[in-house]
Amino acid sequence: MALIKVGMADLKAVKYPDNLTTLGLGSCIGVTLYDASAKVSGMAHFMLPDSTQIKNNENKAKFGDTAIDELLKQMLSLGANKSRLVAKIAGGAQMFSFGGKNDLMRIGERNAIAAKEKLKALGIRLIAEDTGSNYGRTIEFMSENGDLHVKTIGKELKVI
Amino acid sequence: MSEEYGNLDSSKLDVLRELGNIGAGNATTALSQMINKRVDMGVPKAELIKIEKISQILGGEESLVAGILLGIEGDVEGMMMFVQEQVSAHHLVNLLMGRDLDDFSEFTEMDLSALQEIGNIITGAYLNSLSALTGLKIIPSVPNMAFDMAGAILSVPAIEFGKVGDYALLIQTSFGGTGEEVFGYFILIPEANSYEKIFKSLGM
Repeated sequence: MALIKVGMADLKAVKYPDNLTTLGLGSCIGVTLYDASAKVSGMAHFMLPDSTQIKNNENKAKFGDTAIDELLKQMLSLGANKSRLVAKIAGGAQMFSFGGKNDLMRIGERNAIAAKEKLKALGIRLIAEDTGSNYGRTIEFMSENGDLHVKTIGKELKVI
Repeated sequence: MSEEYGNLDSSKLDVLRELGNIGAGNATTALSQMINKRVDMGVPKAELIKIEKISQILGGEESLVAGILLGIEGDVEGMMMFVQEQVSAHHLVNLLMGRDLDDFSEFTEMDLSALQEIGNIITGAYLNSLSALTGLKIIPSVPNMAFDMAGAILSVPAIEFGKVGDYALLIQTSFGGTGEEVFGYFILIPEANSYEKIFKSLGM
């Protein structure tokens, strides 16, 4: 069993017994997809909501829309069945609070919305989330049962 | 933005580097005046770094860091961040408060506001020198401070740089006398068009 690390603007698909982790999610979103019967797990750590808004968009894992598409593709090739997939998301925090309606600062929230919209468009059920607020999160996905462990500084471990 | 750091030619990169050096130098002077002590500055290091790696610069994604972020308005728009490991933040506060340098007891309210004020002054000094060199109007907002995992804090500048390309420019500075090292990174994150304005103002 290995713990596979997913970096920023990165994604990985694995089979049981490998687990997945990404460290220090801030305004980025960590998406996990899971097929419980094929025991195929996937995790993406994307930074921006929408690849179509950005000129330089070659790295698929950087954007919510293309990251989830690519993750799905890799998981299907490992034997996952799309209709069995369920999703969990974490992150999307607003690390610094500024007064006013500075759009720049609301990127975390926009990332979370983008993930949900993409999952909905693909027909993948979102079964749990831990998003928003103002703190960083480290997440670890357990391929055995689909649990997502969310670690934050100064708080108890949360399992979603 | 039409340019991304990865594509900048070396002369433009040198200019950004030099602006960073001067800004960091001014920030050090401001700090020295504030604590009424001589503060030495190491040679600042300017690094062009892949945004995916940015969260690893301060001891890894999960190391505890202090970040100070302020918005910039005026001729140049964007954000500026000063970020340091928590150990450095302690050193900085201890220097200011005249305490034992290796006092790592939890920050008090007073410490936090001192830290915020230091952040305010050094980022202000940095931006002032940028403004003086370029003749551009640069108005900083009130800074905001956060303590958290490096990955989470640095995701904020990483995302901004990520909108444009795959690279970020970091200016690493160290100050303090021997054995009193305080390290920190200045990260200037200009928005669309602001680079061009900076280069243009310098006749490039």
